Amino acid sequence: MEIKEEVKKIIETLSPTERKVLPYIEEKNIKKIQEKTGLSDVAVLRALEFLSNKKILRLSQKKKKIINLDINGLLYIKKGLPERRLLNLVAEKKSVRLEDAKNLSKLSDNEFKAALGALKKKALINLVNGKILLQASQEEISKKSLEEQFLEALPLELEKLKPEQKLAFQNLKNRKKIIIIEEKKEINAELTDLGKQILSQDFTKIIDEKMIERLTPEIIKSGGWKGKKFRRYDITSPLPKISGGKRHFVNQAIDYARKIWIEMGFQEMTGSLIQSSFWNFDALFTPQDHPAREMQDTFFIDKKSELKNKEIIQKVKEAHEKGIGGSKGWRYKWKEEEARKTLLRTHTTCLSGQTLAKLRNLKEKKGKYFAIGKCFRNETLDWSHSFEFNQTEGIVIDKNANFKHLLGYLKEFFKKMGFEKIRFTPAYFPYTEPSVEINWWHPEKKVWLELGGAGIFRPELTIPLLGEHIPVLAWGPGFDRILMDYYNIQDIRELYKNDIKQLRKIKFWIK
Amino acid sequence: MANIKFSRKEFEKHVKITEEIKEKIALFGTPLESLTTDEIELEIFPNRPDLLSLQGYLRSFLAFLGKKPGLKKYNVNKPDKNYVVKIEPSVKNIRPYTVCAIIKNLKFDDEKIKEIIDIQEKLHFTFGRNRKKVAIGIYPLEKIKLPITYKAEVPEKIKFIPLEMNQEMNGRQILSRHPTGREYAHLLEMAEKFPVFRDDKGEVLSMPPIINSQLTGKITSETKDVFIECSGSDLESLKKTLNILVTTLADMGGEIYAMKLNYGDKKIITPDLTPEKFKIKVENVNKLLGLDLKERDIKKLLARMGHSYNKGIVEVPAYRTDILHEVDLIEEIAIAYGFDKFEPEIPEVSTIGKEDDMEVKKRKIAEILIGLNLLEISSYHLVTKQDIKKTGLRIKIIEVLNSKTDFSVLRPSLLVNSLKVLSENTDAKYPQKLFEIGKVFVEKENIEENEKLCITLSGETDFTELKQILDYLMRMLSLEYKIEETDHPSFIEGRCGKIIVNNKEIGILGEISPSVIKNWNLKMPTVALEIDIENL
Repeated sequence: MEIKEEVKKIIETLSPTERKVLPYIEEKNIKKIQEKTGLSDVAVLRALEFLSNKKILRLSQKKKKIINLDINGLLYIKKGLPERRLLNLVAEKKSVRLEDAKNLSKLSDNEFKAALGALKKKALINLVNGKILLQASQEEISKKSLEEQFLEALPLELEKLKPEQKLAFQNLKNRKKIIIIEEKKEINAELTDLGKQILSQDFTKIIDEKMIERLTPEIIKSGGWKGKKFRRYDITSPLPKISGGKRHFVNQAIDYARKIWIEMGFQEMTGSLIQSSFWNFDALFTPQDHPAREMQDTFFIDKKSELKNKEIIQKVKEAHEKGIGGSKGWRYKWKEEEARKTLLRTHTTCLSGQTLAKLRNLKEKKGKYFAIGKCFRNETLDWSHSFEFNQTEGIVIDKNANFKHLLGYLKEFFKKMGFEKIRFTPAYFPYTEPSVEINWWHPEKKVWLELGGAGIFRPELTIPLLGEHIPVLAWGPGFDRILMDYYNIQDIRELYKNDIKQLRKIKFWIK
Repeated sequence: MANIKFSRKEFEKHVKITEEIKEKIALFGTPLESLTTDEIELEIFPNRPDLLSLQGYLRSFLAFLGKKPGLKKYNVNKPDKNYVVKIEPSVKNIRPYTVCAIIKNLKFDDEKIKEIIDIQEKLHFTFGRNRKKVAIGIYPLEKIKLPITYKAEVPEKIKFIPLEMNQEMNGRQILSRHPTGREYAHLLEMAEKFPVFRDDKGEVLSMPPIINSQLTGKITSETKDVFIECSGSDLESLKKTLNILVTTLADMGGEIYAMKLNYGDKKIITPDLTPEKFKIKVENVNKLLGLDLKERDIKKLLARMGHSYNKGIVEVPAYRTDILHEVDLIEEIAIAYGFDKFEPEIPEVSTIGKEDDMEVKKRKIAEILIGLNLLEISSYHLVTKQDIKKTGLRIKIIEVLNSKTDFSVLRPSLLVNSLKVLSENTDAKYPQKLFEIGKVFVEKENIEENEKLCITLSGETDFTELKQILDYLMRMLSLEYKIEETDHPSFIEGRCGKIIVNNKEIGILGEISPSVIKNWNLKMPTVALEIDIENL
């Protein structure tokens, strides 16, 4: 019979192990296949799986209940069942007092009771006046009980017990840890039509030891491959997954955002996570009784910060107390003690303030700066709250900057971050005026989502820090919302959960 | 931030909520949080407490829509002869100021009473800083005999039946037993004397900022005229709060009457609804907004925000708390103009971008380690005290105050976090080869922050592999290093070394000690290194 080309191709993909296993599929039992082929069980299983991938056979699983020896059962196999030990004792003494029997047999309370019960039930002994009397004949004594035969025969399949084995099983199953029922999976292989067709051929004519299995340096050198065929690989078969070294997905996204800022001509600002209240709040014209400055919102550390630049401190104080540059100010008594409180920064805007202070003594005060990093707030930890979050921040210091430019930068920045349809609505921050909120139209959820805040720094901020009022455009979108949307994460804790399985699996940030 | 809910029916008596109006609500700066058939919920930013009532909101929103533009005038009637509040000097150290007013001819029903309590609570919570800065009391005038005295007394002498109670209590008892008393006890308990309002008969009206009297301080549907007081520490904020309240009640149909306040020799009359005046320059408006508005445009736009403009002077309503500077008015103009009408543009100024040097270094190190198949992790800067203990570290910890979670310690070492990650991942395939780059905190004279690198290898791996990684990293960074034996509580003795570069110790490496492995419930042997990368 002519072999079809497809079948021939499949035959050519059979590896040596698959070829070894194939003739014994009818055995259906992995152990038997192992015996016949001399392969390990792992090798047999893998070969079966590959053959199944090639549709040569069908694999099916059956769960089986197997009865096996438990801890006491293992012990009794060696030392004998308690009833055997007691019977032997009684046989030797013919008659023995109950207490003596217990002591001499060295059985525990439980074992002793069970042994007595078992022997009485079979009428091998009798109890008279607290004494045990032997009833069994010599033949009955020497004969192995059903239970003993049963234990020796284990492991056995529950479904396939013979009637007398069933009886022994019933007697033993409720006794303490003699037997145990284990579930085992049994793998069954059955040839498909394709498999039968292949097996009916003498496939060794198509594929045999002369076919090249593995190309080795020796074969290359000797030219031994010439005129020979290579065993075909099943190049479509499924594989176990591998994973490689990778940056944490949050850091991938941060690097991406950093790239955008640099493309737009911004210089990076970095600084401490631990800041004084002065830089985090006061210098940003946030009044000292602002709710964000309370302990339930911000992490404070019990240590006073040193405030160095006396001139700036004086100007900030003035801005708060009575206003500066035409402002009314907040009109309260500003306290330096309050400003010296130390905290974990609540926003990266403190870095912007410090950057402005650095430009204070320069002749030309201009530039574009950005920051990206962790910020903190005293929060609980649940699916929507976290005490750490990422913020990114940009400022443009330019005496000609205006509100339209702010919107222009925002539009460009968010477009590069992948947010096409955005809108601007009014917002409020103590340190910017006008203030803007950026909303993004979520195309699937069909709602406007908040991406972050922006604005132009108030003169009460710029005059003390820069020494004069120059418009400073500023925006500071939260970063985690963007990340969670991209990675389709619903629970904010997943960002820093470091689940290794997930980290190995998670896709790259591609934008 | 405060969210407020209005009845949709009441709201729509004035404005029908259409798609266009929804957009206008957002562009007015009051994000629409939710909308049902019964209710509309809006977010009000903390700078606009005057929008917390339906009356206040509609007043401003209708102007914004162009329906009722301009500065709204309110009539304040002169005080009658006995419309007097005497403020005694004894309150000076505890709650020094009060401002007061009387509103007449109101029509109360249960709905209105609830609305007023709502406004009061919202103002307490936001602008009033949870009653610390401002507390408000509203009383039925028919139960009170004017004039009124505001003074401080020893708490045992302040005896009255507080709201929601049926027996007389004294000041101290209220703080310890009344639910509202307990909630706000912290505002008074340090004081020797507590503030109290008493009427001419000596009846207690209230003990601010805690609670009113059941007899003299409870509005009912019978009430027509009310006495209002705001008490607190900042006179300016009190005046603003009173202005917000009286204009809201006037919008409900009430008539405002002023009161005379006698602060010893100093006498003031409140409420004062005289608009505040600010200067504004057309040139400054156009420069900041990038627009080309004429004076008449500005006049029109300011009217849309409830202000009036005349010859460079803006009159701002007396209930606005947020106008400090010309820039605040320029923002008002921008809002009236419409944030959606601005054409975004980027000026043509060329600047050169630059990445921080440390960030470059960190990225390079990460790249090298990824090439060796290591997986980067990223963990919290805060850890728990338990975490420190489990790692075997015996150090002085730096704690944050009042953390809401167990995470209260600034991490002293990345090793703590890495071991925690390993302990939470014992079900993932081994070997697990991880690294993290991040800041740790050390207390010296000040608290110092250092950038560190931590590598952990767990599973079928060993000290040699770790050392090979270190060696490769150092070679790639062109650094010469030495390892010297040392001791560290987290590592096995004799399998732990310090890493030295340029005669300076930069870190440590070794095999984690079995006791630390057990503390963390790790299943596998683990090796780790941690180095300072700040000074490499």
